[in-house]
Amino acid sequence: MYVYQDYDQRLLEERVAQYRDQTRRYLAGQLSEDEFLVLRLQNGLYIQRYAPMLRISVPYGMLASKQLRTLGRITREYDKGFAHVSTRQNIQLNWPEVEDVPDILAELAAVQMHAIQTSGNCIRNITTDELAGVRPDEVEDPRPWCEIIRQWSTFNPEFAYLPRKFKIAVNAVPDADPAVIGVHDIGVQVVRGSDGETGFQVWAGGGLGRTPVVGSLIGEFVPWRHLLAYLEAILRVYNKYGNRDNKYKARIKILVKALGADKFRELAEAEFAELKDGPMTLTEQEVARIRQCFTEPDYRDQVDHGALEQALDDDRAFNRWYHTNTRAHKNDGYRAVTLTLKKTGRIPGDISDSQFEKVADLADRYSFGEVRNTHQQNMVMADVAKDDLFALWRELDALGLATPNLGLLTDIVACPGGDLCSLANAKSIPIAEGIQRRFDDLDFVHDLGALDINISGCMNACGHHHIGHIGILGVDKKGKEFYQITLGGRGDKMSRIGEKMGPSFESHEVTNVIEKIINTYVDQRLENEPFIDTYERIGMDPFKESVYG
Amino acid sequence: MGNETNIGNEANGTPGRVIVDGRIVDNQWRRFSAEQLETDALPEQGAVIVPLAYWLANRDALLARADAVGVCLEPGEEPADLADDLPRLELVAIHFPAFKDGRGYSYARELRTRYRFAGEVRAVGDVLQDQLFYMHRVGFNAFEVRADRDIEEALENGLRPFTITYQGDVHDPRPVYLRRDDLQGA
Repeated sequence: MYVYQDYDQRLLEERVAQYRDQTRRYLAGQLSEDEFLVLRLQNGLYIQRYAPMLRISVPYGMLASKQLRTLGRITREYDKGFAHVSTRQNIQLNWPEVEDVPDILAELAAVQMHAIQTSGNCIRNITTDELAGVRPDEVEDPRPWCEIIRQWSTFNPEFAYLPRKFKIAVNAVPDADPAVIGVHDIGVQVVRGSDGETGFQVWAGGGLGRTPVVGSLIGEFVPWRHLLAYLEAILRVYNKYGNRDNKYKARIKILVKALGADKFRELAEAEFAELKDGPMTLTEQEVARIRQCFTEPDYRDQVDHGALEQALDDDRAFNRWYHTNTRAHKNDGYRAVTLTLKKTGRIPGDISDSQFEKVADLADRYSFGEVRNTHQQNMVMADVAKDDLFALWRELDALGLATPNLGLLTDIVACPGGDLCSLANAKSIPIAEGIQRRFDDLDFVHDLGALDINISGCMNACGHHHIGHIGILGVDKKGKEFYQITLGGRGDKMSRIGEKMGPSFESHEVTNVIEKIINTYVDQRLENEPFIDTYERIGMDPFKESVYG
Repeated sequence: MGNETNIGNEANGTPGRVIVDGRIVDNQWRRFSAEQLETDALPEQGAVIVPLAYWLANRDALLARADAVGVCLEPGEEPADLADDLPRLELVAIHFPAFKDGRGYSYARELRTRYRFAGEVRAVGDVLQDQLFYMHRVGFNAFEVRADRDIEEALENGLRPFTITYQGDVHDPRPVYLRRDDLQGA
């Protein structure tokens, strides 16, 4: 993890004092609603349907056990005992009081956490692959670059009042896109230059929301020294020329589309030419310092592979969990374990105060005291020795965090939806639950294989419905909740936007529609062919026919 | 400029007092909007701030004035539109019709770092305490705080909420890690 210097800590403490004063002035009537709105949003505080929602920043998803314990206590003392992992790897509280937020921030600051820029029209949390640093096929660990971008973007004075929110993600895997950089305002792909030096492909103008679009390649190869200068150049072009008249046309994707990628690149390169080799140029010393924070933990040399084999033979449930919920690690003695926060009947990404604390204890015992939030609203313990897996599985199972459905149909990604969020047109949680209940036969779900269902309660697309193999979008039709289905989206390689099936459905119809789609897939699939491949082979028509025919 | 009377007139958008270089001073400039200039002529004397279009249309007459002239940029009007004239201007104002419109931050930065403009860069319009720190970092050195707000409090609390900044800025272009030695003693 990044280790705070004195100055990082001092910055957080000054932030708490600043926000405390802003809250005081608001409550005293010295700041208007509209003025405070912008200030509180830059601090992750929304006023939601029933109560404020506070979004706590988790830079690139990394959490230390000490931080988990603080989150557990805050969740218990200031909220109703549960929080949510968001699709941007953050943590959301749904019931804090406006006047308590400064105290919550002070508690967070004590463990090097904050809510800076988790909302508002500014640069948001930097996200990456939840397997960063342990994935066998990555070019290098992307987290040092995330941290370097985080520091540059934190309280960046020029880019606090952008036309719209701005999301940056970093990916270091060559043939897959686990950080879904294709649908970010800026996607940074870590690559190696011909001389073996690190560099970046910089994509811009991707996004979901109302106008889903995959980003354009703007910077073909940006040497590592110039990463921040290049990002600053893009941000300056966006800040000056992004649409500010219509918030639905204000994201950078609209600007890139309107200008065309070539013109946008020309403007960005002109800014870059001026910044390049200036004081923003990264130094070897600073990059080395930050890389030093993300070194390998002290892996054991001796891992008992036989013990794992034995447990896999002996216990079918463990075997199933192992194959769905753990993934390969660059160290052969270790696996990366996903804790699924998707038990049927629970809100996707839901985690309770005591679960936070127990996960912290388990992380200390089994995974070097760290976990990561994932953009699929789960958590990962990235460094578990193979001979510890069985013991860890039993403990996770007892906590309800070992549902063996990672990447399967019931591992649904959903926003909080109309139950909690005032922006939503429709509920998303009961839809997720309905599907999970219908597909309650684990053998069948495993037989179906990899399948992403994503649900958003409105077109802000917090549930990333566009990139679900099956996407479900809540829409409002004359005050009634309807759901529009898309098929064929993907967020695995380079992102692809799903295609609309046809007219939308009432909420009670959705589960049946999903079942018809699944049945069509089962009828049509070739041996071992995953849903998305079948869809790409046979196209929309057979699915459409089964649903509307 | 020897103006005995307070030239402030909040009704027409010219406040009596402004923050300049970290101090509250009497405002020496009168700013005129395009609408005002459609009906009224500029006063014969005194420092004036005029819109960009007015400047471009009346450059010679304005340069012939005895007193100083400044130009006000609206969102969408960039420093590049004024680049050749900057050496002849004492002041560039940047208008924030709404504080949420952040274009002016990039304009101020460009004035300072691209065009090396050394005169006064003044934030006018919806200028509030909570934005002053960022504005100062990108190059504003003067602020017309919105008339219904307490300018003393804005000066006292708005300009120094942080002693730490990660990025360089127009005052010190070095990022924090190159300033580390200075910070130890801070």
